[in-house]
This record gives sequence, C-alpha cells and structure tokens, in this order.
Amino acid sequence: MSGTWITTRAWLLMLPLLIVMVAVIGWPLADTVHLSFTDAKLVGTSGSYVGFDNYVRLLSGNAFGRTLFTTTFFAVVVVTTEMLLGVLAALLLNQQFHGRTLLRALLILPWALPTVVNATLWRLIYNPEYGALNAALTQLGILSDYRSWLGEPGTALTALIVADCWKNFPLVALIALAALQAVPRDVVAASFVDGANAFSRFRFVTLPYLAGPLLVALVLRTIEAFKVFDIIWVMTRGGPANSTRTMSILVYQEAFSFQRAGSGASLALIVTLIITVLAVAYGTIVKKVAGSAA
Amino acid sequence: MERQSPLFRLFLHVAALLLAAIILAPLLWLFVMSISPAADLAAKPLKWWPETMDFSRYATLLSTVENSAGAAFMASLRNSLMVASMATVAAVSLAVPAGWAVSRTPSVGWSLSLVIATYMLPPVALAVPLYMALANFGLLNSVFGLALVYLTILAPFTTWLMKSGFDGIPREIEQAAVIDGASLWQTLRIITLPLALPVVATSALFAFLLGWDEFFYALLFTSDQRAKTLTVAIADLAGGRVSDYGLIATAGVLAALPPMLVGIVMQRALISGLTSGGVKG
Repeated sequence: MSGTWITTRAWLLMLPLLIVMVAVIGWPLADTVHLSFTDAKLVGTSGSYVGFDNYVRLLSGNAFGRTLFTTTFFAVVVVTTEMLLGVLAALLLNQQFHGRTLLRALLILPWALPTVVNATLWRLIYNPEYGALNAALTQLGILSDYRSWLGEPGTALTALIVADCWKNFPLVALIALAALQAVPRDVVAASFVDGANAFSRFRFVTLPYLAGPLLVALVLRTIEAFKVFDIIWVMTRGGPANSTRTMSILVYQEAFSFQRAGSGASLALIVTLIITVLAVAYGTIVKKVAGSAA
Repeated sequence: MERQSPLFRLFLHVAALLLAAIILAPLLWLFVMSISPAADLAAKPLKWWPETMDFSRYATLLSTVENSAGAAFMASLRNSLMVASMATVAAVSLAVPAGWAVSRTPSVGWSLSLVIATYMLPPVALAVPLYMALANFGLLNSVFGLALVYLTILAPFTTWLMKSGFDGIPREIEQAAVIDGASLWQTLRIITLPLALPVVATSALFAFLLGWDEFFYALLFTSDQRAKTLTVAIADLAGGRVSDYGLIATAGVLAALPPMLVGIVMQRALISGLTSGGVKG
C-alpha cells in the first residue's frame, strides 16, 4: 500500500470527528472572537463593531482584577493542597497494612461523586442553622455560636476550597499510587543496600518515577481549577459580596445575567488566553522533566 | 525489604483510619440526612443518627404521581440518562475510527493534538454562540441539543483514550492478518476491535460519567422537565426554598449511586484508564 493512500485513509477515518469538532467547537469559538468585538446582546440585536472597546473596558474595570486574583488564589491553594494530600495518601497506600485494598477502593468514591452533589452536600454541611459543621464544632466545644460559613466573605472561599479539595485529592492519590507501584522493586532494594536513608530514597529513587505523572495531574488540575464554575455556582453563586466570584462566574454574569453577549465573549477569550499561556508554560516544563528522566 | 517497626505499623494504621474517616464522613452524613426525620435534622444539639430510619423520601422521589416532587425528579433522571447515553454513543462512534487512524498513522496525529487542546477552553468561551445556534435550530431545552453540545467535552476525551488503547494493540497482529489475505475491514472487525473492546467499554464509561456529571451547559440550555438534567434539578433543590434538607440529601444519594457503583465495580479499568491517559499525556 502506498503512503499517500494510508494518509488519505487516516484522514477519512478522522473526518466525522473533525466535522463535529468544527461544528461544536471551532465555529462557536470563531463566533466568540467575532462577538468580542461587538456590543451584541444575548437576545435581539446582533450588535455593531466596537473594536477593542469591550477589552479595554473590562481590563480597566475593577471587577476583572479582583476576580482574577480570587481565581488565581483558589487555583493555587486548591491544586497545592490536592497535590500534597494526594502524594501523602499514595505514600501511605504504597505501604503494607491491613485494609489497604479497601482503603484504595474508598478513594474512588469522592472522585465518582457528581460535582453538583458534592457542592450540595457541603452546602448542607456548612448550613448556618442546621449544618453538621456548626453542630460538630459546638458539641466539641470549639465554637460557641453557630456561624454562616458560606455567608461571610471571610470564610466562604476557604469553605469552598475545603469542599473542592475533598473531592479531588483522591484522584491525585490514585495517579500517584499507580506511579509508585511502577517503581521497580530491585531499585528500591539496591538503595537499601547502598544505605540510603528514607529521605534520599524518596528524593532519588521514588520522586523521579512520580514527577512525570504528577506534573500531568498538576497541569490538568490547574486548568480545571481556573475554569471552575459548578461547585461555586451551587454553593455561593460567587457571593457573598463577590468574595468567591471566579472568572467563569464573572463571564456567566456578564453574558447571561446581564445579557451582554459581546463583552461576555471578550471576557471568555481573556480567560482562554490565560489558561493557554499557563498550559503552554507547564507543557514546556513537562517536556523538560520527561526529557531529563529518560 | 525493611521490617516494619511496631511504632511504624501503629502510625500506618492510625493514618489509614484517619484517611478512611476523611473520605467516609461526608458521604455517610449525606446518607444519614436522607433517612433522618426532618425534626432530627433541625434539632439542637444535632442528632447524628436517627432513632427511627425514615426511607419515605426515597419513595417520594421515585414516585411517578403527576405534578409531585417525584415526577420532576424522575423526569430529570430520565433526561440525564438520555443525554448521557446519546452523547456517549455518539462520542464513542466518532472516537473509535479516529483513535485507530491516529494510532496507526502518526503523521495525522497533530489534528488529534489540536482536538485535545480544546480541553483548555473554558465552556464559557463557547457558551454564547452555542446558545444562539441552539435557539436558531429550536434545540434549546431539548435532550438532543444538549447531547450534541456534550460532544464538545466527550468526543476529545474518548478519542484520546481510544488512541492510547489502540497503541497498546501491536500492529504486527494486524499486519499478520493482512498477509494471510484478510482485507483491512476484516482485520479490524475480527482482530482489532475485539481486542480493543475493553478500552471501548472504559471510554464509554468515562464518557457516560462525564455526561452524567455535566452541569454548566445543562444549566444554560435547559429550562423545564422536558430537558432539565439531574444536576440542574439538584442545584435547583439546593438553591431553592426546600425546607426539608433530607429531601435534598436523598436526591443527592440517588444521583450519586450510579457513578459510585460504576466506580467501585469498574475500579481497575477506570484507574488504568485514568493513569494511562495521565501518564502518557
């Protein structure tokens, strides 16, 4: 068979996927770019060309800076915590003890719990009048009065972060555990013979095997944390006083609550650009690590 | 290997118990809320276990009496099933040929990279044009329209999984069949697809779970019982003026059961899917 026919055949087999992708992703994205230069409303007027007005107005407004900060803070804290907890849980599960298989099976549960159910569950736990957190802290004598965890700007974001970490650290743990189990036993045995202590065993024997998969998990989780919408919408809708408003919530408000499709599109593209820059930067690091590990 | 000292063994077991408690406590509480009488949930001090277990809310939600809370819940359950199933079937049908093509013909691989890169796009970047297009075609508030939109998430992901699945099937087997006189179509049907079946099943499961979990597009593009999915129905309950928190918890338990059962039963396949995708990148 000739090479050109094989290539043509491959394109033919990919064609259905590519057509659908152009229809549901490519074209809408192009239209978002177009809309971002107009003052279109969601319903009714298709708007007229306004150049970079939307971008200038959004970037100079104070909602943007504050929301970007909130989103970055959420993403950094959530991803760091999930990585640390995930690796610790994986190191634990890589040891021999009774009930290890059962515990590993439990890890899949928070991951499988639908995001909206997780958000609802934690919203009930944080309930200011009947919530389990208030009840537990009061009965333990830690708290004297019930608090509105999601209703106060000082605690709402932290409460969201806890709920998000609880759901997502098990995924990091599962990925890290799979990587740990790929460490060859004879390499570990050799490091014992060579008299390496626990720390240098982790640093020089285990970590090289962990680094690649963990970096990939880090990239995926960072992108997801930057896109976060569901858990925040269900728990706080961005409140109180916009203290938990992330970029996706801001775009939703602009485009759908205020029906400003044009400026909502501009904002969405700014978010996309930030995520792309992040992903490319990470991608470069991943390639470097993969290169040095090989 | 190093012998574990008694102190270290104690530490391991304490840490394991702590981890189990962290994972289980919120889940158990969701279940306890669903079977506690409303008075227990509003009691101070809070009752952590009901004196009499009350399963009546499950009957309430799973009833099909017209205009009841159950009818709305059952409608959203049916919508979620339909949307997730249709989107899964469509995504896997697109992913199998495309995944095989990229796996066997690396020179077209860049197009798959492009498709996978769309993962970086926040759904809000597509939402406005998709909303306008669905409105134009009369597909707002329709399970078909929503399933079509879900392909933006499901199709790239399943293609990626299928591609790494086909990578694991040696092409020498296919070449041997061709040398023995089988046509390409016969080779795929008799040799490759049966070998790829576990990966197809894993991809389909992942796709279904993603569809079952989706909230943002469903929130935007559905408005009543004809298309509202379970996630939107639960968010409505959580954000609404429902006075019985146990009912919200019950809806949560029912929505969580299918993916959790799949998660436990299919654990090995799911983890290998997660890590193979994750490790190979």
